[in-house]
Amino acid sequence: MVDFPEIVNIPLAKWIDKAMDWLLLNLDPFFDAIGFIILKVVLAFENLFLFIPWFVLIPLAGLAGWKLVGKKRSGVTFMILLFLVGSFGYWELAMRTLSLVIASVFFSLIIGIPLGIRMARSDRAQAIMKPMMDAMQTMPSFVYLIPALMFFGMGKVPAMFATIIYAVPPVIRLTNVGIRTVDKEAVEASKAFGATSRQVLFDVQLPLAKPSIMVGVNQTTMMALAMVVIGSMIGAKGLGMEVLLAINRIEVGRGFEAGLSIVFLAIIIDRITYSFSKTKDK
Amino acid sequence: MSEDLKNETVETEDPQIVIKDLWKIYGRDPKRVLGKNLRTLSKDEVQKKTGCIIGMREINLEVKKGEFYILMGLSGSGKSTLVRNLIRLVNPTSGTIHINGENITKMNSEQLLHFRRKTFGMVFQHYGLLPHLTVLDNAAYGLKVKGLPKGERYAKAMQSLETVGLKGWEDYYPGSLSGGMQQRVGLARALANDPEILLMDEPFSGLDPLIRRQMQDELVELQDKLQKTIIFVTHDLHEALKLGDKIAIMRNGEVVQVGSPEEIVTQPNDDYVAEFVKDASPAKVLTASSIMDPAKVLLYAWEGPKTALTLLRKNNRKAAFVVDKSHKLLGVAKEKVIEKMIEEGHSKIPAESLMKVTSVTPDTILEDLFPIVTEHPFPIPVCNENGKFQGIVTTDHIFESISPVEEGESNG
Repeated sequence: MVDFPEIVNIPLAKWIDKAMDWLLLNLDPFFDAIGFIILKVVLAFENLFLFIPWFVLIPLAGLAGWKLVGKKRSGVTFMILLFLVGSFGYWELAMRTLSLVIASVFFSLIIGIPLGIRMARSDRAQAIMKPMMDAMQTMPSFVYLIPALMFFGMGKVPAMFATIIYAVPPVIRLTNVGIRTVDKEAVEASKAFGATSRQVLFDVQLPLAKPSIMVGVNQTTMMALAMVVIGSMIGAKGLGMEVLLAINRIEVGRGFEAGLSIVFLAIIIDRITYSFSKTKDK
Repeated sequence: MSEDLKNETVETEDPQIVIKDLWKIYGRDPKRVLGKNLRTLSKDEVQKKTGCIIGMREINLEVKKGEFYILMGLSGSGKSTLVRNLIRLVNPTSGTIHINGENITKMNSEQLLHFRRKTFGMVFQHYGLLPHLTVLDNAAYGLKVKGLPKGERYAKAMQSLETVGLKGWEDYYPGSLSGGMQQRVGLARALANDPEILLMDEPFSGLDPLIRRQMQDELVELQDKLQKTIIFVTHDLHEALKLGDKIAIMRNGEVVQVGSPEEIVTQPNDDYVAEFVKDASPAKVLTASSIMDPAKVLLYAWEGPKTALTLLRKNNRKAAFVVDKSHKLLGVAKEKVIEKMIEEGHSKIPAESLMKVTSVTPDTILEDLFPIVTEHPFPIPVCNENGKFQGIVTTDHIFESISPVEEGESNG
């Protein structure tokens, strides 16, 4: 084997560490503020889901399955799945996980949809953001945990921060693609009648891109769920933590129970968010 | 100076749209193509040398108010680009467009919005409707953009839908309508604004032939009523000939010929146009006025039967058309009838004793002349809308005039 010449050495790791030090030293109040907002939102969702009793939420899920997905069978399935989660003894943890997911998605959409719109409206913005999003999605998700930990300490907030970074690209991408693939003549028609760019956006582009954006929401939600589980490694309470404990103690059965609960949640969330992407028949 | 010029344009009824030296070049640094060395090169050469693609080259056009103006050419000829330049959906690289005396190429975005709202309506090939809105909301869209209150815009949109024959469909969604009906919605949307200028980008190209013909007929009828300035893009020659007052033929971004349908078909500028109009039947463009002749013998009612008979015999005719003092056609007098009048002692030719004949107007196209010609033994008289005699059309002339292509070949 021929060694790579040692003289050629780019100390990227050192630079990044230095940048992190600088950020922590100078922008601490900024991160505190972000952390505060994230915490407030996630606590609000958590309080909500822990407040709603199981015997209310399970029928609600059934109703959602019936009305939104469009089949009675889906509703019944959702109810059975949620009941199973409860019967494994993971109701509370599942609700905590769900709150984290929903809060992460909430932030992802607030950040992602405007960025997607921006990206659709400028080729330069697209050229800049595309590689960034490729990096965000291919970077092993654990890597985000370290800086998140340093900015926000242990707990829910860093887990959510990492989750948002990991989950936001799909909604940005699909908003971008959705708007870019809107019928060109519909956009031209709107412009031809003298619509401002704001009118074009809200009258034509967003409504016509809605199915695509909703697929983005669906993808973002699923990625958020996957990441929230990993986020439990830095102290976010939830189903992921149970899996982690089961691994540490080599308890196969416990691991499966927690794992299955995550799968069940995933199925329900996926079907419901996916139903939004379908345009309803008139 | 410029103020004077403006006034003058209003008074002399100058064109509503004036396009001067308009270029559109796609690519990096497009202005350099306009330099001395490059601007005369062909499209392919420019593309090879600079990588720039010429979309439109040196376009000069004038459109009068109320004119039905056709832009015709194959795909890629720049016709759609040109029509989009008129409302700056595409911005020209250089040149000017004046509409109602205003230079729209110099407008800022706010003026442009105002101008689009006020002056234009546009109809698109694939309709460009908004599928999430009802037919009524679609038709009212231009008015909504303008900021009209709901009641007012719905009232206007309803009226517009009625004009295009879509009453009763206002609550449907475009997706549930046929192509022809969707395009009616597109037309209603454009008309609801009551625009001065209607831009139509291949509006009927996506429709099947029967519906297309029907829509064309209705558009002609509508235009008779509305008298808008219409810029109509098409690649279909028959459509162009049928609808247009004036046709501009485009190729590779250039205008190669501008003229009336008749001029285009009978006097093509070059081989390209000739090839284009090869299949066009002159019977559909040539009008009675263009092929009519003065009558060899014309009898005047007040001159009396004796003079008439002399004239007939001198010219070796058995019958002739008779007109009154104001040159109004009265009918046909046969030799025998005139002889009888002389026997009865008339001093004038009485109108009621003449044979009535079918006449045609000067703008009747040949196609419509055929059935009349075959049914009548005499030449067909051509009279204007006041009944004034203009000339005659004979069967021989009709057949001569519809074979100009062969004639050209034998000459050249």
